[in-house]
Formats: sequence, structure tokens, C-alpha cells
Amino acid sequence: MRERSLNVGLGLAILAALAVAVLFGESELAWSQYAEAVGDLSSGPAEVLWQVRAPRAVCALVVGAALGLAGAVLQGLLRNPLADPGVLGVSATAALGAALAIVLGLAVFPGAVEIAALAGAAVAGVLLVAAATRLRTPEALILFGVALSSFAGALTALIFNLSPSPIASAEVMSWLLGSVQNRSWFDVAWVAPPVLAAGVLAAMAAPGLRMLALGEETAATSGLAMGRLKMMALLAAAIAAGAAVAVAGVIGFVGLAAPHLVRRAVRGDPRRLLLPSALVGGLVLVVADLLARITPTDQELKLGVFTALIGAPLFALIAWRAAREWRL
Amino acid sequence: MSALELRGAVVRLDGRIVLDRVDLGVAPGEIVALVGPNGAGKSSVIRALLGLISLEAGEARLGDQPVSRLSSRARAERAAYLPQERRIAWNMAAVDIAALGAPFLSGADATRRAREALALVGATSLADRGVADMSGGERARVLLARALVCEAPALLADEPIAGLDPDAQLLVLDLLQQRARSGQAVLVSLHDLTLAARHADRVLVIDRGRIVADALPTKALSAERLRETFGIRGRWIDAPSGPLLDLDRRQG
Repeated sequence: MRERSLNVGLGLAILAALAVAVLFGESELAWSQYAEAVGDLSSGPAEVLWQVRAPRAVCALVVGAALGLAGAVLQGLLRNPLADPGVLGVSATAALGAALAIVLGLAVFPGAVEIAALAGAAVAGVLLVAAATRLRTPEALILFGVALSSFAGALTALIFNLSPSPIASAEVMSWLLGSVQNRSWFDVAWVAPPVLAAGVLAAMAAPGLRMLALGEETAATSGLAMGRLKMMALLAAAIAAGAAVAVAGVIGFVGLAAPHLVRRAVRGDPRRLLLPSALVGGLVLVVADLLARITPTDQELKLGVFTALIGAPLFALIAWRAAREWRL
Repeated sequence: MSALELRGAVVRLDGRIVLDRVDLGVAPGEIVALVGPNGAGKSSVIRALLGLISLEAGEARLGDQPVSRLSSRARAERAAYLPQERRIAWNMAAVDIAALGAPFLSGADATRRAREALALVGATSLADRGVADMSGGERARVLLARALVCEAPALLADEPIAGLDPDAQLLVLDLLQQRARSGQAVLVSLHDLTLAARHADRVLVIDRGRIVADALPTKALSAERLRETFGIRGRWIDAPSGPLLDLDRRQG
């Protein structure tokens, strides 16, 4: 029951964070304007609350949940607390897809950059699946992912290098830094279905993730159809991470850190870990975006920059404390 | 009829023959020890029986069916596996680990069976503890409980007592013997020949991929066999508890 209270608690915290994210922002509103925003949906304040802040916050929630889910799935699949879409190259490959679309001038077509990012994630997924069937140990797959990530990063750098247009380069750069600025309900409607699909796939693969705690051989003799479950898990992670990158660019550390924040509360169980990881990932990103938004800087802090600045030291702290929980 | 059977099994790994025309069978109610030097093919026998490695020739059977024709679920319902590997990736509770033996039961039923199995291996007090804080012996009990939760007609254990203290070694072997007495077919690979001789109904000696002896312990572990396969001297001593195997490294 500890698990249920954890999920309910996280859900309530998310609602509170969303409310704060809608109520507070750069443009300060008077009480009468809040009343106007609720009373008259075509008013200026209503526009700020419901068409600017709300979709942005919800977008951060969905992206954070997708990253948290992808991290939990990959850590369970590879039995490794270091796995996440960033480490395995899914994010970098998705970013490469988006960068290619931008420099090729495809950004004028709505959805083209997003689809290119998803395609990049799919390529990473296919490569990881192919590698997973040949490499015997999860550690080897992680090394493969690290190589994939570096290579995709190098290709993205090459695009910068050769790009004739500084505007396109700036656009790619801004996108690589990761942000949910100016995201609309259209973006939310676009990103939510693949993330939900990834959630369903992950839930179906969850018994396999739990069985993998005992190692490949025991899992293979457990009676579960491990081959299928592992493919589903990898697919879930690729879709979730691809959708997140497609809509918000590259946002690091959430996928890596989210599972660690809740692992102890679910007693390490990779199956029970999925939902709270998604919830805590969403919560973290809503709060991080709110903080990035209200931090008084000339240029608004990019969310990806902010999560890395806060996330990296925080992650080091979690790692320090959790090291003895990880592995025997 | 055998619950576990290899017929003329040939296995080649990375171009090297690791099992060479192996024939063996384990009947329900019988505990059979599989002994042999390092690299002789003990683990390969177990993995071939479980369908984890494929045969180049011959057949592996679980019950009345070739393992290659069984679904993964049907395999699990016919044979439980206790691997040598005792690493558990996450700090899960012992009861959750043991419950993994019954992945097709509802959570509550699996948990109930897990607690019963933990009681059977004398690990009731460990049920709600995390496995990361446990000693090797405690973890071995929890993993044995998981294998018992499977309730399959056959149980294959790959060096289940390696690295355990004497108390835990005897506990594990006594439990495996009990499982055989209650009707399970038990195949256990061991390095400790005296314990193999004491606990098994029959001993299989494997040497360079071939079964070179398949008989009662006193026959299979004869002085000649011990010298040829293991390069050690051994003799049987009559003791009140039955014949005891005395081993010595000096060539006599």
C-alpha cells in the first residue's frame, strides 16, 4: 500500500505544481485579472493562463513523464542504474534527426521536425534492438549506446560545421538545449498519444523487467516470453524518449534521476517503479520549467540547461547515497 | 519415464564440442549429482536440458516432449532452474524475489506461495528484508525458495552450494533431497564429491563432454574413476552413517 500512497501523493503534488505553474509567471496578474481569466475565456488574462502557461506546463508534465518512464524501463531492461535515453543514444539520435530536418529547411512543414526526431529515435531503437540480440551482457549494450550517442553527437556537430545558414544553426542549437517555451495545446495533443502508447507497452513488458532482476538465464527459463517482452520494453523506451525529444528537444538527467528518486519506496521492484518514475519525472519537469521561467535572466533559461545545472549535482548526491542499493 | 533426458546430445560452442553424444535421464523421485572437473560440461548439460543452448545432434526432453518443441511457458512448467549466479540487480524484498517463481499466478497467490517456500528453506525471518543486505547464504536460500515456488516436476540446480558455508551447503542439499523424496526429479551439479556421494541416489561423471560414469555413488566414484577423471586418490570407508568417500591429492 506504500506504493499506492506514493502514487497518490505524487499525483497530488503534480496537480499542485500545475496550479502554481498556471498562476505564476513573468507577467504578474492582479486578483481581478485571475477572476477575469476564469470568467471570460476570451480575455487577455485567460489567454495568458490557458493558452500560454497551461499548455506549457502540461507539455513539461508529459515530456518529464515520458523521460522518467523511459529511464525506468531502460534501467530495468539493462539491470543497470546508469541506463537512460541520454546514455543509450536515443536522445542524441532523435536530436540528430531534428537537426537534419531543420538544416534541410523542412521546418516550414508543420510536424516535420518532430517526425524527424521520432524517426531518429526509431533508428536508435532499431540499432539497440539489433545490438541487444547479439551482445550477451547489458554492460556491452550500454557501451554500444554510449558509442551511438557519441556518433550521433558528432554528426550533429558536423551539421553545425557545414551548415551554410547561421539562422538554421541557431535554431538547431536552441532546439538542442531543450525547452517547452511557447508550446501550445497542439503540441500537447501531438506528444500525448505516443507517450500513452509507450506507457501501455511498458506496462505490458513490466513482468519481464521484474524477472530480469534475476539475470538473463533465470528470466529465459521463467516461462515468460522474454524475447517479446524485451522488444516491447525497448520499443516503449524509444517511443517515449523520441516523443519527448520531438516536442521539447534534448532534456537530460530527468530520465536518469527519476527512477532513483522513487526506487527505495517501491523496494527496488522494476515493475512497481514504472508509474512513480513517470509521475516524478513529470513533477520534476513542471517544477523545473516553472523555476526556469521565473528566474530573472535577460534570456529565458532553457529547460534542458536548467535540468542539467540542477540535475547533475543532485544526481551525484543521489548516486552517492544509493550506491549500496544498486548491485550486489 | 524420465522427467529429464538427453539422447545422444551434441553441443558445439564457438566451434568446440562441449557435449559429445551425451545420454542421461533423471526419473521422478530421484536426485542425481552431476560431477566433473571445471569445463567438463556440467553447466552445458543443464543448459541443454533447459533449452538455453541448442543441440547440434540428438535430443533434449522434458517429460514426454523434446524441449525444442515446447513453448517457454511449457518449459517452465516442466523444469525449474536454480542457476549458479546469485546476483540480483535490485534491492528487492526476499518475498518478491521468491514470488518470481510463479509469474503466472496473481500477486496475492504468488506471495502466499513465496512465503510458504521461504518457510521451507528456513528463511521466514528474511521475507521482508532487502536482498542487498543479505549474506551469500541467505541469498542462496531466497533463490532456492524461488525455484521451489515453481513447483515443476523437475529441478535443475547448477552448483547450488558453491561459496556457501557448511551449514548452508547441508541445508541446500538436504532440501534438494527432500524435494526428490516428494517426487521431483532433481539434477544437481556439484564440485564437492563427498557431498555428492552422500546426498545423491546416483552420480553422473562427466569428463571432456562425455559421460564416463553413471551409477550408484560407490560405483561411479570408484578409485579408478577418481584417478582418471580428477587425478586424485580416493577410497570408500564404511561408516555408521553409510559409505564415506575419503579423498587425497597424493598419487598412490
